[in-house]
Amino acid sequence: MSTLAHDDHHDHKPTGLKRWFFSTNHKDIGTLYLIFALTMFFVGGAMAMIIRAELFQPGLQFVDPQFYNSMVTVHALIMIFGAVMPAGVGLANWMIPLMIGAPDMALPRMNNMSFWILPFAFALLLSTLFMDGGAPAGGWTMYPPLVLQTGDAFPFLIFAVHFLGISSIMGAINIIATVFNMRAPGMTLMQMPLFVWTWVITSFLLIASLPVLAGGVTMLLTDKYFGTSFFDAAGGGDPVLFQHIFWFFGHPEVYILALPAFGIVSQIIPAFARKPLFGYASMVYATASIAILSFFVWAHHMFTVGLPIKGELFFMYATMLIAVPTGVKVFNWIATMWKGSMTFETPMLFSVAFVILFTIGGFSGLMLGITPVDFQYHDTYFVVAHFHYVLLTGAIFALMAAAYYWLPKWTGFMYDERLGKIHFWLSLISSNVLFFPQHFLGLAGMPRRIPDYNIQFADFNMISSIGGFAYGISQLLFVYIVIKCAMGGKKARARSWEGAKGLEWEVPSPAPFHTFETPPKLTKKVLESLY
Amino acid sequence: MKGISKLKSSLQKLVLVLLFMPLSAMADWALNMRQGVTPISQEIYQMHMVTLWVVTVIGILVFGVMFWSIFHHRKSKGAKAAKFSHSTTVEIIWTIIPTAIIISLAIPATKLLIKMDDTSESAITVKATGSQWKWKYDYLDGVGEGITIFSSLDAKSKEISQRDSGLNPMDHENYLRDVDEPIVLPINTKIRILTTSQDVIHAWWLPDLGWKRDAIPGFINDNWAVIEKTGTYRGKCTEICGAGHGYMPIVLKAVSMEDYTAWVDEKKIAQAASKNTSNIVLNMEELMTKGEAVYKAQCLVCHQANGEGLKGAFPSIVGSPVAVDAGNRMRHVQQIIYGKGLMPAFGEQLSDVDIASIVSFTRNAWGNNTGDIVQAKEVAEARKAAKVIK
Repeated sequence: MSTLAHDDHHDHKPTGLKRWFFSTNHKDIGTLYLIFALTMFFVGGAMAMIIRAELFQPGLQFVDPQFYNSMVTVHALIMIFGAVMPAGVGLANWMIPLMIGAPDMALPRMNNMSFWILPFAFALLLSTLFMDGGAPAGGWTMYPPLVLQTGDAFPFLIFAVHFLGISSIMGAINIIATVFNMRAPGMTLMQMPLFVWTWVITSFLLIASLPVLAGGVTMLLTDKYFGTSFFDAAGGGDPVLFQHIFWFFGHPEVYILALPAFGIVSQIIPAFARKPLFGYASMVYATASIAILSFFVWAHHMFTVGLPIKGELFFMYATMLIAVPTGVKVFNWIATMWKGSMTFETPMLFSVAFVILFTIGGFSGLMLGITPVDFQYHDTYFVVAHFHYVLLTGAIFALMAAAYYWLPKWTGFMYDERLGKIHFWLSLISSNVLFFPQHFLGLAGMPRRIPDYNIQFADFNMISSIGGFAYGISQLLFVYIVIKCAMGGKKARARSWEGAKGLEWEVPSPAPFHTFETPPKLTKKVLESLY
Repeated sequence: MKGISKLKSSLQKLVLVLLFMPLSAMADWALNMRQGVTPISQEIYQMHMVTLWVVTVIGILVFGVMFWSIFHHRKSKGAKAAKFSHSTTVEIIWTIIPTAIIISLAIPATKLLIKMDDTSESAITVKATGSQWKWKYDYLDGVGEGITIFSSLDAKSKEISQRDSGLNPMDHENYLRDVDEPIVLPINTKIRILTTSQDVIHAWWLPDLGWKRDAIPGFINDNWAVIEKTGTYRGKCTEICGAGHGYMPIVLKAVSMEDYTAWVDEKKIAQAASKNTSNIVLNMEELMTKGEAVYKAQCLVCHQANGEGLKGAFPSIVGSPVAVDAGNRMRHVQQIIYGKGLMPAFGEQLSDVDIASIVSFTRNAWGNNTGDIVQAKEVAEARKAAKVIK
């Protein structure tokens, strides 16, 4: 009690609007990011429900094809830029200073700005739903010339993407500055928790790839309004050039979504196996290799545009090569579990499911990487199944695991373990009912992004939709669990999990408003406890 | 006990049957890729199966080890955590083995890709041009040279696919997989298929040929196929191309060389006849009937059955000055010939009498009761006249 009282004394913080709007505190900004991400997860999820409702049966029942395309487009933009990325940044904000023993992020005011850009960017994007000509409907990939047919929504789309890019770049700069300058004295780079490592590498990906996207969408803007012909063959341009630019951003983006997830499960699996992470150094090197390789594989999204054969071969080899470091990571996680003393609380359940389902997504990724066969898979539901396995049962499962793992640290209370497990099993079953049949649909010949289909695809679509509705409803349970946990419950100890390691478990739960105002002393014993 | 479990299983079956009854009639449960009807498509299928088995076996091994560990190394079974945290030997092994597997997959894939790339020595060349939302096929080379086909979604699918049409997609076996005029090609002949586009990017895909290829405005891609079996093969546009993306199927009829040459002769005669329709004169009733049929085939997807279009995307024809004002007859005809904005040009595809009947129909349907009659001759003149369309 005395420690708590002592901390309370130091815990003076602004209140009300001032606390949240002007916040420069990494924990509050982290919380804002996480709440924002969860909100967007439901907005994007509602759009997914519309998609699955329309696809429940053949025939058009609920929406027009144009609106359907808008849903497909905006769902992707919201889930990528509004849900998964901000959730990752929120975790980074909350946890990185705690994990490296820093008092806050290096650039706290920029931190505030990078968050508050997001609501405005999404207000721009979502306002397009009410405009003449409807919301953007050319797919989140924004390929010209189709995207240039967008109505009044077009400039809003471009500027929303610009703002999202600015926000992410500022977040990335902040993370790099924090990690390189504010580690507790004595903590070398190779002693950092893996979550911190994955975020440093992700930040470099963001800084290298987002400006390319910004350039590409600006060229779209000038093509539409200022008479340029970057992507118009009639003016000497090339529509495929945009695809090269887009995917030079887009493929690293895939790893921007996935690497923090790798970091999360690399924290959680050792904690619940009560055993150090296997192959720490190889994990770091594998993450870095994946990041570097991710800049050399972009054209595997474009095998069917008619690349020269040398290009197709190069991108096929580079893509297949990514399987090696990814495989190393999976083997390391399993070796971490091997001969451990495992318990299966909700974070561990989500992490184990992540390892299996992300790997299944990786398998279909390897299949897609083989160019001649990709000519069959490309732009079918096989691809939809693939990327939802890596992003939903991959990235989002890992984010759920992180939320359960650190909720006690954030709120000071243990969440309801029974409800958490119910949420896990519901999510696991429903997401597989949702996405596994889509492999069959794709192989049988169903293209993606179509609002209506032949009856040969009817059965699997209906099953998939049922899974979709079940998954959507199950996530409401998560909201309830989080609110219930924030309101109270069993008090969490500083080290909320028996096997949890790292500096974040050295501070009380909930983490006080200010932590590590004086850097922690990294004795040999503390360093050993880090990993 | 046996009786109960039997009852239970038949009850389960009943529930399943009830659940899927409306669908089970024609829907199939295809799980795997089609083998297709070309040597290439069969090799692709083999490559697909090999990769699928490789990843399945890896999956079973890796997850097997993982689950063994999950069941045995748990605290509740008294497992004590070991302390090891790395092993250079196993790390090298599990880097080398995946590398070897990947190389062994990459070699056949490379050979197959090189084979697919070789479009030389083809006997017939066809160019597929995508536009929103139909395909145009030009026979450029070989038997059939000079033939042009426009291929868009069949009228029945169009009608059913309207929102709230009240029609059941189950009643149409080839719903959204049928066209008004399929492309016809001979079997056992190397055919080079070029793809390009008039407006946005489309993609031409017939699963039975084993590949798809983007159709990109301003660029031409080439591919080839030797079809080994006669039959009708169906595919779809696979690159999002706007509201009608789901509604531009591809249908190919593969026939013997004799049947093909017969079809070519017939087609050439029909094509010559349709070029020469400017002297046909129809009465109002004939124009309305023909106009409605052509409208349904060509205009319905955007302008809808009631002529009102879709707000924000496709303008309404009902009460539109172009379709109502007497001074706009020329503009009306030329807008169909040359297109405008998002609206594609129909001048090449439709004959004079077709265009005349659409114009007459839209000027008199849905309360646009102008009483105007436009004949084929006026369309022929509009083709020659100066453009009034911007």
